[in-house]
Amino acid sequence: MSDPAYELIVGLEVHVQLSTQSKLFCGCSTIFGAASNTQVCPVCLGLPGALPVLNAEAVELAIRTGVALNCEMATFTKWDRKNYFYPDLPKGYQISQFDKPICGPGYLDFPDPEDSASMLRVRLTRAHLEEDAGKSMHDEAAGKADSRIDLNRTGTPLLEIVSEPDIRSAEAAKAYLTELRLLLTYLGVSDCNMQEGSLRADANVNLHIEQNGTKVATPIVEVKNLNSFRAVERALKYEAKRQYEHWQKTGQTIDDAAKQTRGWNDAAGVSTVQREKEESSDYRYFPDPDLVPLVIDEARLEAARAGLGELPGASRQRLRTEHGLKPYDADVVTSQGRAMVEYFDQLVSAGATAKRASSWVQQDVMRTLKEQEWEVEQFPITAPRLAELLAAIEAGEIDNTRAKEVFQLLLEKPELTSADAMQELGIEAVDQGEIESLCQELLDENPKVVSQVLDGNAKAVGALIGVAKKKNPNADPRQVREICLRLIEASR
Amino acid sequence: MSLTADEVAKVAKLARLTFESEELEKFAGQLGKIVDFVDQLSEVDTEGVEEMAHPLDVDSVVRPDVVTEGLSRDESLANSPSHDGEHFLVPPVMAR
Ligand SMILES: [Zn+2]
Repeated sequence: MSDPAYELIVGLEVHVQLSTQSKLFCGCSTIFGAASNTQVCPVCLGLPGALPVLNAEAVELAIRTGVALNCEMATFTKWDRKNYFYPDLPKGYQISQFDKPICGPGYLDFPDPEDSASMLRVRLTRAHLEEDAGKSMHDEAAGKADSRIDLNRTGTPLLEIVSEPDIRSAEAAKAYLTELRLLLTYLGVSDCNMQEGSLRADANVNLHIEQNGTKVATPIVEVKNLNSFRAVERALKYEAKRQYEHWQKTGQTIDDAAKQTRGWNDAAGVSTVQREKEESSDYRYFPDPDLVPLVIDEARLEAARAGLGELPGASRQRLRTEHGLKPYDADVVTSQGRAMVEYFDQLVSAGATAKRASSWVQQDVMRTLKEQEWEVEQFPITAPRLAELLAAIEAGEIDNTRAKEVFQLLLEKPELTSADAMQELGIEAVDQGEIESLCQELLDENPKVVSQVLDGNAKAVGALIGVAKKKNPNADPRQVREICLRLIEASR
Repeated sequence: MSLTADEVAKVAKLARLTFESEELEKFAGQLGKIVDFVDQLSEVDTEGVEEMAHPLDVDSVVRPDVVTEGLSRDESLANSPSHDGEHFLVPPVMAR
């Protein structure tokens, strides 16, 4: 069978670390990378008698995210204890939200990886606030030495965003996460830095298999430890194959086996069984008596909706309809983040054509940012200045090749205007007559090229362009080509 | 008696406690009495009574997102039965 005889069914649970200064229920700093156990206090250490107090900003960021994800928002939400024992959880329970999450059902639309002109939708079950656990470091080699525990991360605010099982391929899972990360960075609610664990994904996976006209479902597996988008994609492909082979071998279906938890080992490219998933009731959730409920009024939700600004979906749409960009180009510019869309907008409003602005943003600007590891905000050439250069190209005053030299010079000397930079490089507009006589001169010197062109080989004229450039560096190659061909035609 | 020894064994396991079988029987009796006592509440007709999330009639207590001084590392590790001066140490656990 070349076509897989199954459909992949995936739901994702994404933990996003919210960008607050202090922790969810205490005033300890959330900065990543501090010396171990230096950002702790009696509350996050779970010392007896310490009492949690909710961080207002974490609520604000959760609300902003919820309304952007089209969620039905709670007007009444509360806190529950999720009880389990693990050394990185000093209280013996995690403060989370069980039956009244801050964000109810919603959805996220994102470009279909198969076709950037159409959209996919993943429905969201809910999104709730909870506190993070600490970090355990194990002695992997021997497994004998003590595990070391750093509780700096304990109590950091997380928003857990739970999707419905609406994802049908590893590529779509990656596209969903990419869009979610883009949206969260547009909103400024998280830095989404996966290396630092600010965005972590777990996947619930199974297969629907067609068998004798009926649909069979394989047991659900939760895959944990997906620390990069590439890991998500690889793990899902691996899991689909593994489950199909397991089903072929055992015939086991969702009715025969409990949900299993597997951990993804990215280095080895395999997943391995972890503890059997505890029943939800085994977490013995109950309302946290230390925390009072949170009431959110409609006016606050309205204000959050009003303050969202343009989100990636709307930005793509606008670049296509208002500026006529192709879906692919609109997507690339939008995917660079809000600052890049603003830079693009400034180029256009300073007079650049949308098409040329999009092409320069995608090539020269993005390449430079990548090479220099700059953020858009650090890019030295202001939009109005680059727009001057693009306008000069548009007006035929300078060709693309020389424009790139000007671009390089502007990078080094951003204080120059485009005109100054062109002057410094000795670039000046060459008038039509000058080019015509240059071309005529070349044709007179190269009768062989002329006869080749007359014989129908228009490409032969290319040999003259280099020579023209040498005689006058400001000659536009395209213009030279056109004029030469025109003059040869006229001589027929 | 409303609790079985098996149920007590399950709860004990979740609490990381180990008991002998005669202890399980004994606790099933004792814990069962507590559950029965609390269960009297179910005799009250709560039809139409809104569920209560918290006994205090207070809501939405928040603090500003401001970093405050916590404990020093020495203080935070001070009561730990085992540490290396930087981390809490616990018996080896399997990676989750
Ligand atoms: Zn703390």
